[in-house]
Amino acid sequence: MRLPRVLAPVAILSLVALMFGQVVAAAGFPEKPITYMICFDPGGESDITARLQQKYLEEVLKAKVVITYKVGGGGAVGWSELIRSKPDGYTIAGDNLPHTILQPMQRGDAGYTTEQLKRVYCFESTPCALVVKKDSPFKTLDDFIAFAKKNPGAVTLGGSGSWTANHLGTIELEKAAGVKLTYIPFTGSGSATPALLGGHVTGLMTYTTMAAQQLDKFRILAVAAPKRSAVFPDAPTFQELGYDIVEGAYRGVSVPPNTPENIVKIIADAFEKVNKNPEFAKKMAELAFDLEFMGPAEYTKFIQTRKAYYTDLLKDMDIKQ
Amino acid sequence: MNTALTGILQILSPGVLLLMLGGTVIGLVAGALPGISATMAVALLVPFTFSMPAISGLALLGAIYMSAIYGGCFSAILINTPGTPSSIGTCFDGYPMARQGRGQQAIIVATVASVLGGLFGVAALAFLAPPLANVALKFGPPEYFWVAIFGLTIIATLCSKSLIKGIMGGLLGLLISTIGIAPIGGDVRFTFHTPALQGGVELVGTLIGLFCLPEVLSMILDGSRTYETVDVKQSKGVFGTTFRQVLAQPMNLLTSSVIGTVVGIIPGAGGSIANLVAYNEAMRSSKHPEKFGTGIIDGVIATETANNATVGGGLIPLLTLGVPGTPVDAVIYAGLLIHGLRPGAELFTRFADVTYGFIFSLFVATLMMLPVGLLLGTALHKLVSKLSIRILAPSIMFLSIIGSYAIRNNIMDVWVMLICGVIGFMLKMLKVDPAPVVLGLILGPLAEAGLVQGLLMGRASGMGWRLFFTRPVSLLLLAMSVFSLVWPIISAQVRKRRAKEVGTGA
Repeated sequence: MRLPRVLAPVAILSLVALMFGQVVAAAGFPEKPITYMICFDPGGESDITARLQQKYLEEVLKAKVVITYKVGGGGAVGWSELIRSKPDGYTIAGDNLPHTILQPMQRGDAGYTTEQLKRVYCFESTPCALVVKKDSPFKTLDDFIAFAKKNPGAVTLGGSGSWTANHLGTIELEKAAGVKLTYIPFTGSGSATPALLGGHVTGLMTYTTMAAQQLDKFRILAVAAPKRSAVFPDAPTFQELGYDIVEGAYRGVSVPPNTPENIVKIIADAFEKVNKNPEFAKKMAELAFDLEFMGPAEYTKFIQTRKAYYTDLLKDMDIKQ
Repeated sequence: MNTALTGILQILSPGVLLLMLGGTVIGLVAGALPGISATMAVALLVPFTFSMPAISGLALLGAIYMSAIYGGCFSAILINTPGTPSSIGTCFDGYPMARQGRGQQAIIVATVASVLGGLFGVAALAFLAPPLANVALKFGPPEYFWVAIFGLTIIATLCSKSLIKGIMGGLLGLLISTIGIAPIGGDVRFTFHTPALQGGVELVGTLIGLFCLPEVLSMILDGSRTYETVDVKQSKGVFGTTFRQVLAQPMNLLTSSVIGTVVGIIPGAGGSIANLVAYNEAMRSSKHPEKFGTGIIDGVIATETANNATVGGGLIPLLTLGVPGTPVDAVIYAGLLIHGLRPGAELFTRFADVTYGFIFSLFVATLMMLPVGLLLGTALHKLVSKLSIRILAPSIMFLSIIGSYAIRNNIMDVWVMLICGVIGFMLKMLKVDPAPVVLGLILGPLAEAGLVQGLLMGRASGMGWRLFFTRPVSLLLLAMSVFSLVWPIISAQVRKRRAKEVGTGA
C-alpha cells in the first residue's frame, strides 16, 4: 500500500505541526491545571505532604494543582492508571518506596513495573522506628533483643501492611540481631497505634511521623535512619547501636513513561523549590518528615540500588520473583 | 474553664457561624449524593482551612462531617440508595414510606433523629471523653474478629423469614470482600488479571447497584407513571405530629444513641456498622418486629440516631489518644496536625480553647441541621415525587453512574455497580434481601484481619486459637453474638406457639 501523493506532504506537515506543537506546549508548560494523584487514603502521610505542597506548587508553577485520590491495592491501582495516562506532564502521581519496588516483585502482575514509573523527584522520607510503650520493661534496644533471643517468636511487632517498609524493617532487624520476631501487619500505620496503646502487641515497627504523634506514650528504642531525628534527638539510631539498618518509606512524584525530559525538569524544579521553601520545610519538620532532595536521575538511580538490595534481602524468603 | 469559654465565644461570632452554615449545606449535598462520602467531603475542604485560624477551620470541618452523615438519609429515603454507607438501614423503612406517600414524614423523622443522635454523641465527647477513650484500647485483633461475627448475626434478625437466603447472601458478600489484595500477607486474590481490581470491590458502587438499580428497573417495568404509589395530600402540622411520634420512642432513641457512640469509639468501625446494629436492636426489642421493613418510623429513628451519634463517638479516641475512630476522623486528624495541634492531653490543657470551641461548634452544627435539613429535604422530596418516572428513572441512572465513578475515580467501579444492579434485580425477583450481602462485604475485611492477626498473636503467646476465647471483651462479644443469633429464632417459635394457642382457643 502506497500513500497517495497528495497525502505525503500533508502527513509530513502535520507531523511537523505536531512536533512544533509539542515544543510550544513544553515551552509554555504548564498552561492548564495539573492533576496530582494520591494513591492512598486521605489523611495518610502521602496526602498530608501533598496538601502541604499544593499551595507552594501553585505559586511556583503558576498553575492550579488539583489533588485527586485513586486508592486501592496499596497504591497499585493508582500507579497502573498513571502509566496509562497521557505523557504530557498534566497527570502526576505521588509514588512510594518500597511499594513501587516490592509490589511488581511480589504480585507478578501489579499492573505496572518499577521502571514504567518515570521518576521526577523524591521529596521526603519517613524512617522506620522501633517503639514500645512508656511502661514497657524494655528500656533499651539491648533489653528488647536480649528478651527476643531468649523467647523466639514471642515478641510481637505491629506495623503497616505486608511487604512494606515496616515489614522489611522487622525482617532486617531479625537478620541483624539474629532473633525471631512475630510481625503482625495492620491496615495502615494509623491502625497499628491503638494496638500498642492497648497492649495487644509488644511493640511497633512504625514510622518516625507516627512515633512523633505519641511522644508522651511511646518509648523509641531505635530509629532506622543514618542520623537522629530532630523531633526526638534522644532516640539513638540502629547504626549507633551496632545494627546496620536503614529502612523507611520514601515519597516522591512520578509521571507516565515517555513524558518529555524538559517537562520532567520543570516539575522536578518546582518540587525542589517547594522543598527549599523555609515555611514548608518547617511544617514538614514539625511533623517529623525528613526532607529528601533527589532529582530525576538521582532518584532513578536510588531505585535501582534499592531494587538490587531488596532482591538480595528477600532471596531466601517465601516470595515470588 | 476560662479558656474553654474563650473558644466557645469564638464560635458564636457571625463569621464562624456563617462558615458553619456553609459547611452544613455542603455536607448535606455531599451526603445526599451517593458518589461523595463524608470522608471525601471533609478531605476536599481540608486545604481551605490551612489559611484559617484553627478554630474556624475545625468548626467548618465538623459541620461538614456532621451534616454529611445526616445527608445520606435523603437519597436512602427518596431513591433507596444510601448516600453514605452510614444510611444503609435507612432504606429499609424510609424508602417504603416514601413510596407510600409518606416521604416528607420520613425525612422529618430522619432529621429529628439525626439531630438527637448527633447531640448525644457530642455530649458524650464533651463530658465523658477520657473514661470512654479507654474503651477504644480494649479492642485488639481478637475483639475485632468478634465484632465482625456479632455484626453478621444481624442477618438472623433481618432475614428471620428465610434464614437460608440470608446466610447465602451473607456468604456471597464475604466472598466478594476477598477480591483484591489480601489485607494480611498481600496476596492477590480474584482479580482475574485486571489491575484495577487490586483495590477490591468498592462498597458504595455495590450499594448503588444492589439497592438502587433494582428499584429503578422495577419502576420502569411496573409501568407506573408517578413515583408515589398512593396519592396522599400533605397534611398540615405534619412536623409537629411527627416530632411527637419520634419523641414517643425514648428507649429506641437512647439505645440507638448509645450504640452509635460506642461503635464510633471503636477504631475502624463507624456509621456503616452502627446504623445496622441499631436497626437490629430496634427490631429485636420491638413489640412488632414483623412490621419492620414495611415503612414504620422505628427503623428510621434507629439508623439515623445511631449514625449521627458516631460523629461525637469517633472523635473521642481521636482527641484524647490520637486514634481516629472512623475514616473521616483520620482526615480531621491530618487537619489537626497541620494546624500544629497534637491530640492527647495537651489538647485539653494548652489548646483547651480550640478543643472546647470545636466540641461546642459540633453542638451548634447539629442544631443547624434541623432548619437547613428540613428545608432542603422538603424541596428534594417535592422534586422527586412530582417528577414523572420517565424523567426520574433515567436521572437516577445517570446519578448512579456518576456516583459510582466519583467515589474512587475508577471506571471499574461503574462496571461493578452495573453488575451488582443485575444481581440485585435477580435477588429481588427471588425475594432475597440484599442487606446480608452488604453486611458480608463490610464485615469481611474486619473479620479476616482480626482472625489472622489474632492467630499470629496466639502463636506468639503460645495460646493459639484459644486466645479468641480467653479475653474478657472477646467473651462478652461472643456472648452477644450467640444471643443475637438465637433470640430471633426463639422469639419466632414463641410467637408461633402463641398464635397456635390463640387459634385453638378460638
